[in-house]
Amino acid sequence: MKQKNYIVGLAVTAALSTASVAQAETLRLLTWGSYAPEELIQKFEEEYPDIDVEVTFSNNEEMIAKLRATGGAGFDLAQPSHDRIYAAQLEYDIYKPLDLSKIDTSVMESTHLEGVKANTTIDGEVYAVPHQWGTSGLMKNKAMAADFNGWDDLCDSQYAGKTSMRLKRTILLGTAFAMGHDPFAAYSDLDKYQDILDEVSEKLIACKSNIKAYWQGGDDLSAMMLSGEIVASETWDSTAYKLYAQNPDIVFVPPETGALAWIDTFALPAKGKADDAAYKWINFVLRPENVTIMSGSTGAIAAVNGGLDLLPEDKKNAVNAAFTPADIANLKFFANIPPGVEDMEGKALEKIKAATGG
Amino acid sequence: MQGDVKRLSLILLFAPFALWIVLLIILPHLGMVYLSLREKVAPRVYEFGFGNYIDFIQEPIYWNTLLRTGSMSILVTVLALLIGFPIAYYIAKIAGRRSRGALFLLCLIPLWVSDLIRAFGWILLLRETGVISTSLQTMGLISEPVEFLYNDATVIVGLVYTVILFMIVPLVSTLDGMDDAMVEAGYNLGGSGPTVLRRIIIPYAMPGIVAGCIVVFMLTAGSYLTPILLGGKNSSWFTEQIYDQFITRFNWESGAAFGFLLLAFTSLVVWAGLRLTGQNLANTVAKN
Repeated sequence: MKQKNYIVGLAVTAALSTASVAQAETLRLLTWGSYAPEELIQKFEEEYPDIDVEVTFSNNEEMIAKLRATGGAGFDLAQPSHDRIYAAQLEYDIYKPLDLSKIDTSVMESTHLEGVKANTTIDGEVYAVPHQWGTSGLMKNKAMAADFNGWDDLCDSQYAGKTSMRLKRTILLGTAFAMGHDPFAAYSDLDKYQDILDEVSEKLIACKSNIKAYWQGGDDLSAMMLSGEIVASETWDSTAYKLYAQNPDIVFVPPETGALAWIDTFALPAKGKADDAAYKWINFVLRPENVTIMSGSTGAIAAVNGGLDLLPEDKKNAVNAAFTPADIANLKFFANIPPGVEDMEGKALEKIKAATGG
Repeated sequence: MQGDVKRLSLILLFAPFALWIVLLIILPHLGMVYLSLREKVAPRVYEFGFGNYIDFIQEPIYWNTLLRTGSMSILVTVLALLIGFPIAYYIAKIAGRRSRGALFLLCLIPLWVSDLIRAFGWILLLRETGVISTSLQTMGLISEPVEFLYNDATVIVGLVYTVILFMIVPLVSTLDGMDDAMVEAGYNLGGSGPTVLRRIIIPYAMPGIVAGCIVVFMLTAGSYLTPILLGGKNSSWFTEQIYDQFITRFNWESGAAFGFLLLAFTSLVVWAGLRLTGQNLANTVAKN
C-alpha cells in the first residue's frame, strides 16, 4: 500500500511539473555583459509573468562559436554586431529570418535600421534589426596627453610605455585608416587587403616598444587608465564614458580619421524555441523609458529615434564632451566581413603578438 | 555462482570509470581527430586531408610558440621541484605529528580559490601602482614606480605558485613512507648530508618526483589563464593559439589539429624525460 501511494505521488509530481513547464516559457538571451540589466529583467517578468528570462553574457566571437557548436540551438535571442551576421549565417546557418511585422520598427532610427537590414539580408530575408550602437576609438587623460588625437599617436614616442591597445581587429582597421587606406573598400579585393594588412602589421610591430601592455577586457583597461599607468589607449566608447564619470580628465577621443562605429543587433538563433517571447523582449527594450535604463547599463546609444536624448544624464555629458556633430558625420561603420578576412586578420594579429619588437 | 557475483561487482565498480573515459575522453578526442583532418575549401564545404598539420609546420610562429610553451613549462617544473622538495621533506620528516596536518592544510588552502582570483592577486601585488612597487617606494628603495607585471618572469612565478601543490602532495606521500632508520643508517655509515640526500632520499622519493613532475608539466603546458593575464606583449602561450583558432578565427579544424599537436608534444616530452632519467611509468607512478 505504501508503495502504491509513493507511485501515485510520483505520478502527480511529474504531471504537475510538466504542467508548470508548459506554462512558463523561458527566454534565453545570448548577449553582451551589461545588455540585460537586472532592473529591466524584473520589469519584463512582471509584465509577462509567464516568461522567465535567462541571460548568458558573451561577445561576438563566442556568440558565433556557441551557436555554431549547436547549429543555432540553446538560445532564443542573440545580439551580435551588424558586421558579424552575414558571413556567419552563410558559413554556419545559425540564424533564422526575422518576421519584421512582429517588431515595432517605426521607433528605430531609420539610417541604422536600413543599414543593418542592408548588411544582413540574405536571399531577400532580413536576419537582424539594430539595438544599440557605439564606437571604438581612443581615450586620453587630458591632463597628461593633451595632443593625443589619432590612431597613430598610440605609437608616438612621447607617450612611450604609456599607451595600450587590444590586439584585435579594431586596431588593425584603425591603423589602416590612420595610414591613409580604406580597409573596408579593400574587402572586395582581398589581395589588396592583404597588402594593407602587411603594412599595418609592420607598423604595429615597430610600435610594440611604445605599448605598455595589450589590454584584454574593460576591467584591466580601466585599472591601467585610472591609476595613471597609461595616459591614452584604444578603447570602446562605453569604457571611456564610465571612466569619465570617475575622472573628468579621461575623455573619449574620436580619432581624426573617424571613430569606428558598430551596431549591436537582435537576431534569432536558428533553433530558438521562444520566438514570441524574443519579439516581446525586443519591443519591450525599445520603449523610451526602458531605453534609458538599458543605455545607463550599456553606455551605448540606442538605435531609436532620439536615442541620444534618451541617454542618462551622465552618459549624455560624456558623449557631448567627446563628439562634435562633425565627428558623428565622420563615423566609419564596420563593413560586413567577407569570408576569409577573419583568417587573414588572425594571421596578422599572431604575427604582431609573436614579434619580439619591444 | 560466486564467480558471477564477483564478475558483476567488478563490472559495476569499473562502469563509472569506463563511462568517464569513453564518453568524456575518448569520444570527444575521436571527434577532434576527425575535425582536425578536415580542410576547409569553401563555406560549408570540407575535404579530407592533412592541411591543418602542414600549416602548423610551415608557419614558424606556431611551432616557436609551442617550443616556447614547452621550454617554459619545463623550467616551471624544475622550479616547482626545487622549491617543493624541501617543503615536502619538512612536512613528511621533520615536522611534528600534529603540525604536519596543519602544514599540509596550509599548502592546500590556495587551491580553494579559483585560478582567476589567484592571478588577480598577483596583478594587485605586482602592477606598477601595486602593493610591492608602492611599498618599495615608501621604503625609499626605488624612486620611480617599477612594473613587475607583463613579462615572462611573472608568468613563471605565477605558474609555479599555481602548480607547486601538485608537486608537494605526491612527494609528501612518498617521503612519508620512508623509514627514518634508512637516513640514520646512511649517517652512521659515514655519509655526509649531500651523500645521504643523493644516495638514499632522492632514490626513495623517485616515484613521487616523477609523478609530481608529470602532473606539473602537463598542467603548466595546458594552462590558459595565468599566462594570458600575467604575460606581456610578447608572451604567447600555445593554449592561447588554440583558443584563437577556435573562437576568434572560427577555424575549428586547425584548432583541433593544434590541440592534438600539444597533446603529442607534451607526451613526447614526458616520454623523453622518463628515458633520460632512466625511469619508467611502471616502477614510479604506478608504484606510487
